[in-house]
Amino acid sequence: MIETLVLGFILLLTGLYAMLSQKNIIKIILGFSIADTGVHIIIVSLGYLKGRRAPILDSAVNIANSVREVIDPIPSALVLTAIVIGLATTALMLVFAAEIYKRKASFSIDDYKELKW
Amino acid sequence: MINKLLIIIGIGGMLVILLPLVLNFQAAPNLSPLAQEYVRGSVNDLNSPNVVTSVVVTYRGLDTLGEVTVLFLATLGVGFLLQKRKMKSTKRAVSENIKTTSSFLVSLIMVLGVYIFTHGHLSPGGGFQGGVVIASGFLLLILSDLDFKISHSILRFVESISGIVYVVIGLVGLVLTIGFLNPALLPLGKYGDLFSGGAIPLIYSFIGLKVGSELTNIIATMGNDTSSETVVKGER
Repeated sequence: MIETLVLGFILLLTGLYAMLSQKNIIKIILGFSIADTGVHIIIVSLGYLKGRRAPILDSAVNIANSVREVIDPIPSALVLTAIVIGLATTALMLVFAAEIYKRKASFSIDDYKELKW
Repeated sequence: MINKLLIIIGIGGMLVILLPLVLNFQAAPNLSPLAQEYVRGSVNDLNSPNVVTSVVVTYRGLDTLGEVTVLFLATLGVGFLLQKRKMKSTKRAVSENIKTTSSFLVSLIMVLGVYIFTHGHLSPGGGFQGGVVIASGFLLLILSDLDFKISHSILRFVESISGIVYVVIGLVGLVLTIGFLNPALLPLGKYGDLFSGGAIPLIYSFIGLKVGSELTNIIATMGNDTSSETVVKGER
């Protein structure tokens, strides 16, 4: 579906812009999360076929002709994986942010110049 | 100024890369041959109505094992970075209403979570979703009951046991059937039954327990941390 594809790309670019332009570490993590969601929407909309059902072959689907009645299951499975990984990495990033905050009581990346060149 | 320019160049570059993908997009009229094979195999070989579950647990089972490993590493990182500190009890007591309602709701949430991961091969859902629902039940307990303490050793025990059982089921599949994580080591049962699809409900239940205990561990570790009170003021 082209609309959701465009929506996904908009979210991806918004997230990238947030990651590049913001100074606050929490906002950078939020940007990552937005971009992550955008990628999920892109993958799911690539697997969508118009007028078809979810790939669950119960009584609502004609099983003998199931190939012509359901959407692509592979992108759904990929996104299922990606959502869990995204959740775990976001949690880890937030913990890193909390640890960094303990050093100098600031979330701004301008206050951490140790790795700057 | 230079910064803004670089950001604009970066975003513009991404736009140039991504724009052809949108403009040349054409919805496929049919499933790809691989997807057709998965949809047919899910009915004929695995007896599992939910094709997404078949892909996640069986056809791409090794990837799921890797995914569970990534989740485990993230939990390990969270636990390592946020070590236990002494709590300052500056919180208000919880009202009786919240306590009673949440302890009633938690049991329902747990049952829903178990339902979701045991019926992963029949209906939308599965181990990851069910695990997240269980973790949300524990989150409700942690938020509503100040005295509620989760034993981290029990969580670690559940997590490691389910991880080990998951790998062992895979290895048994390697010995008894044709491949690693092949669910055909158990009888396939009647199509659409709870106990069908071979080892798929078993594998997904252990994934559900593992994900649930891992996420609960993350939530509990984050809840115990009192970072705002132990800040070391540095020079700025």
